[in-house]
Amino acid sequence: MAQSYAQLLNKVKQQVREISPRDAMDVVSGSGEYALIDVREPDEYQQGAIATAIHIPRGYLELRIENTVPDHSTPIVLYCAGGVRSALAAATLQDLGYTDVLSLRGGFTEWKNAGLPFAVPKTLSDSQRNRYSRHLLIPEVGEAGQLRLLESKVLLIGAGGLGSPAALYLAAAGVGTLGIVDADVVDESNLQRQILHNATRVGQPKTSSARQTIESLNSDITVIEHNERLVADNVLDIIGPYDVIVDGADNFPTRYLLNDASILTKKPVVHGSIFRFEGQVTVFQPYVGPCYRCIFPEPPPPELAPSCAEAGVLGVLPGIVGSLQASEALKLLLGIGEGLVGRLLLFDALECSFRELRLRRNPECPACGDNATLQEVTDLEYACALPA
Amino acid sequence: MAITVRIPTPLRRITGGAARIDSQGATVREALNHLVGLHPELGERVYDENGDLRRFINLFVSGEDLRFLNGLDTPITDGAELSIVPAVAGGAI
Repeated sequence: MAQSYAQLLNKVKQQVREISPRDAMDVVSGSGEYALIDVREPDEYQQGAIATAIHIPRGYLELRIENTVPDHSTPIVLYCAGGVRSALAAATLQDLGYTDVLSLRGGFTEWKNAGLPFAVPKTLSDSQRNRYSRHLLIPEVGEAGQLRLLESKVLLIGAGGLGSPAALYLAAAGVGTLGIVDADVVDESNLQRQILHNATRVGQPKTSSARQTIESLNSDITVIEHNERLVADNVLDIIGPYDVIVDGADNFPTRYLLNDASILTKKPVVHGSIFRFEGQVTVFQPYVGPCYRCIFPEPPPPELAPSCAEAGVLGVLPGIVGSLQASEALKLLLGIGEGLVGRLLLFDALECSFRELRLRRNPECPACGDNATLQEVTDLEYACALPA
Repeated sequence: MAITVRIPTPLRRITGGAARIDSQGATVREALNHLVGLHPELGERVYDENGDLRRFINLFVSGEDLRFLNGLDTPITDGAELSIVPAVAGGAI
C-alpha cells in the first residue's frame, strides 16, 4: 500500500527511538561500547562532524553496516543534519536486526546549537580520491588507510639503488613525508640502477635530485633532504620524527649505527642489501624480532667484505629488493599483513628464486638482548679494503 | 648424509662460480669440512683461528639458524640444505 512521505516519516518516528544531543554526548564521552554513525553526504561530513563518528552515507548504510558493526546488539547512534535521514536510517537498521539503535534528535544542527564539540574531519580531496582510487578499492587500505599513509613519515637511508625504487613507490602510494639521507652527488655510473636520478642531474646532490623526481611524481609528498652522512652525532635527531626507516645503505658503519639508533628509539627498520645477483630483505622491529646485531654481531673484516672491493650489481636487482622494502614499509604503516620480522628473504636473480630463512632474537645480543649494554650510539671505525 | 650447500655470491669466487655444491657428513661440521676439503680457501672465510664459525657468517640448516640448533654439531638429514649467509653491506653503492 503506497504511503505519502509524511505518513512514512510519521510511522518511522513512532518506530524509532530518538536521543537528545546532551544524552548523545553522555554516550559518546562514556566508557561503554557504541557506534556513532554519520549518515550525511560526503560534502556535509567534510565541513564538520562529531569527532568519533564513523562516516557511512545513508546510501551505503545497508552495504557497509555489517562490516563496521558486526554485533547486532552494539548500541548505535545515528545522526544526519536535522534528524530525518537518521530516523529513516535507524528504521532500516532495525529491519536488519540491530536491536539498540538511536537517532540524534535535531541532528548535527542541534548538536552544534547545544555548543557540543565537533571537528573538521580529515578527508581525501576529490583529486586524491582519484589518484589513490586503486588503494581505496582495497579493504585493507581504504580511505582510513590512505589518510594514514598521507600522515606517515618514512626515512630512506640512501637515495641510491635501493632507495630509488623504494622512494618512488612510497611517494606514489602517498606516504606524506619522505626523508632522504644521502651525502653523495649523482654520478653517471649511478644511472644504471638509481632510477630517481637522470642524466641532467649528474653532479647534483642526490637528495636534491630525489626531491625533484618525487615532487614531479606526487605533489602530496613533503620531501625532507638530509644531505649528510649518518653519523653518531646526528643519527638520533635525524631518525626521531619518522615512523619507519628504509635502510638502503652501502656500508657497514651506517648499518650498525642505524641498528643501534633504531633499538634506542624503537623504530622499525626495513632492511635491504644487494650484491651482484643476490638480495636480502628483512624487517628489524626492535624487541619484537631480532635486530641486525642479533644476526651479524660484528661486521666482516674489510679484507673479507665484498661490498667495497668487489662492488657490482645487476641494475634491476635493487629495483626488486627496494620494491620489496617499499611493500614492507607500507604494511608496517598500515598495520596489515605478515611482515618480514624474523624472516630473511633471499632473492637470487640468476636462479630467479626466493628463499626464506628463520631469524631469531639472540638473548646474548649486545644491542637488544636480555643483558644488552647499548646505551648510546657510536661510529664504527671501518676502512674499506682497496680493490685488488 | 648427502646434502646441498648454498654458496652466497661473495664466496663463489672460491668455488669456481658454483652456487650449490653437494657435500656429505653426519653433522654440519662434517659437511662443512668436506666442503673445505674441496675448496680449501673457504676454510678461512668460514672458520676463525679457533675453528669456530666466524661471527659475520651465519649458517642455516633447512631454514633454521644453526646458533639456535646445536651449532656445528647439529646433525643433518639426507637431502638437507645448508645455507651460508654472510653480512652484505651493499645497497646504494
